[in-house]
Amino acid sequence: MKTFLTKIYTYVDERVQLEDLVQFMGKKYVPVHRHSVWYYFGGITLFLFLIQVVTGILLLLYYKSGEELAFESIQFIMSKVQFGWLIRSIHSWAANLFILAAVIHMFSVFFERAYRKPRELTWLTGMLMLFLGLGFGFSGYLLPWNELAFFATKVGTDIAGVVPVIGKPILIFLRGGEDVTGATLSRFFGFHVAVFPGIFTVLLGIHLLLVQRQGMSEPLGVEAGAAAPQKTMPFFPNFLLRDLLLWLIVLNILAILAVFFPWELGQKADPFAPAPAGILPEWYFLFMFQTLKMIPAQVWFIDGEVLGIVTFGIAGLLWMLVPFWDRKSARGEQNRTTTYIGIFVVGYIIILTILGWLL
Amino acid sequence: MTSDPDDHVQPGKRDFLKLILGGSLVAWAASILYPLFAYLKPPKQAEVEVTSVKVGTLSSIEKDSGMIVRFGNKPVILVRSAAGELRAFDATCTHLDCTVQYHKEMGVIWCACHNGKYDFNGRNIAGPPPRPLDEYRVVLQGEEVLISKKS
Ligand code: HEM
Ligand code: FES
Repeated sequence: MKTFLTKIYTYVDERVQLEDLVQFMGKKYVPVHRHSVWYYFGGITLFLFLIQVVTGILLLLYYKSGEELAFESIQFIMSKVQFGWLIRSIHSWAANLFILAAVIHMFSVFFERAYRKPRELTWLTGMLMLFLGLGFGFSGYLLPWNELAFFATKVGTDIAGVVPVIGKPILIFLRGGEDVTGATLSRFFGFHVAVFPGIFTVLLGIHLLLVQRQGMSEPLGVEAGAAAPQKTMPFFPNFLLRDLLLWLIVLNILAILAVFFPWELGQKADPFAPAPAGILPEWYFLFMFQTLKMIPAQVWFIDGEVLGIVTFGIAGLLWMLVPFWDRKSARGEQNRTTTYIGIFVVGYIIILTILGWLL
Repeated sequence: MTSDPDDHVQPGKRDFLKLILGGSLVAWAASILYPLFAYLKPPKQAEVEVTSVKVGTLSSIEKDSGMIVRFGNKPVILVRSAAGELRAFDATCTHLDCTVQYHKEMGVIWCACHNGKYDFNGRNIAGPPPRPLDEYRVVLQGEEVLISKKS
């Protein structure tokens, strides 16, 4: 066995010189300090994405897009296909855990200032992937074509339409017309299974390449206090093994959720039925949704909704550009302001999400 | 003697060439991008122009109730008051596009999405809706109830 593997390695090595590659993959060290736990969340996010790709492709074997087909095909998956309910339940649960892990990963990077020079591009690609993740969630939510998703999509796309000037064309583009119809479903399906995965994969490639190339950053405080040589652990195999152990745990959590809390399907969407009570967007959009609900209809002379949406847009953009305006951290100094901003943002999101559930 | 090959070209001629080159580059890009963007824009579907729909007989519509009626591809809500009066409105909430319903206990037209309320005249009386519902005309032809567009 051993000699067989060695033979294959030599065969490839003779032709493409694997030496450099092995060196490149193996040279990474992970710093060990009291914030080390946070290094694991990127890996968890990656794992959950892989699960989404696999279960998504499995769903594609039976899923049919279309007003008269989508809901029925999911019913078929859940009742006739062996373990179909499980695959769908895993895809739905992992979608939520994926966003959660990505958000935790993003905030940990933010608070550790890992975005500062030279890792600006890593941060940017990460933020773009997070936005794409939200796009995955929003587009996937409609695919079963049930009542809840139908109205949530109506409301969500209508909110996009509120934006001045560009809003209306965006709304038409997203819906494939004036209303949410089968045309919307076709588009969302295309985005969800082709456009987004393609872009995501490219971004992920760049992101991982950069991480590999630059190694892990250390939080400022740790770096400054280190007169003695830093404690590290080799990425391979020490960190990777821990990663794998964690993936196993995540897989178990996922299995427990998917089996004991199987994902509901609900009622088929009917454009000629009144909206049911309890229409809520997915939890990760809830804080924005709740804000829009709480802003008065008119602030000064500006429409409250427009104000809310434009503010979120600008805030999101500024957040994404933090490596470029946080000059102090870039110079390696402590910057309290960004810490306070971060704490404010986390607090805001948590409080409004809770309010969104309660009210 | 060092001679710059550019010396032989008159500046006017060079600008002209630049213009031609730049212009054709723009035209080339446009000839690719234009069809692409035009393709993304969904075509207007030729809808069957609906002017009126039959709902049913007057006696089949309960007092103090509401129902959604299919008007072409739009939902319209027909409400009947306790006194027996009939009204019809576009059932699409003016807030964010949900479909409204008649709420018996509150005696209002209600939108479940964000608790918007409209009165019997379609006026927005509570919650986030910014405008009244568009009204449709209800016509009685003998026993038959018809809904038609207000012109
Ligand atoms: C290559 C990757 C992916 C493929 C091929 C794929 C495919 C699919 C398909 C066919 C469905 C419809 C079946 C169903 O609704 O159960 C679906 C639903 C869904 N997808 Fe994906 N997906 C992918 C990645 C993702 C990712 C990364 C997310 C992360 C947020 C996601 C979130 C969702 C959600 C929330 C649903 C709705 C689940 C439901 O209610 O049934 N998907 N996906
Ligand atoms: S959509 Fe009707 S109240 Fe918001």
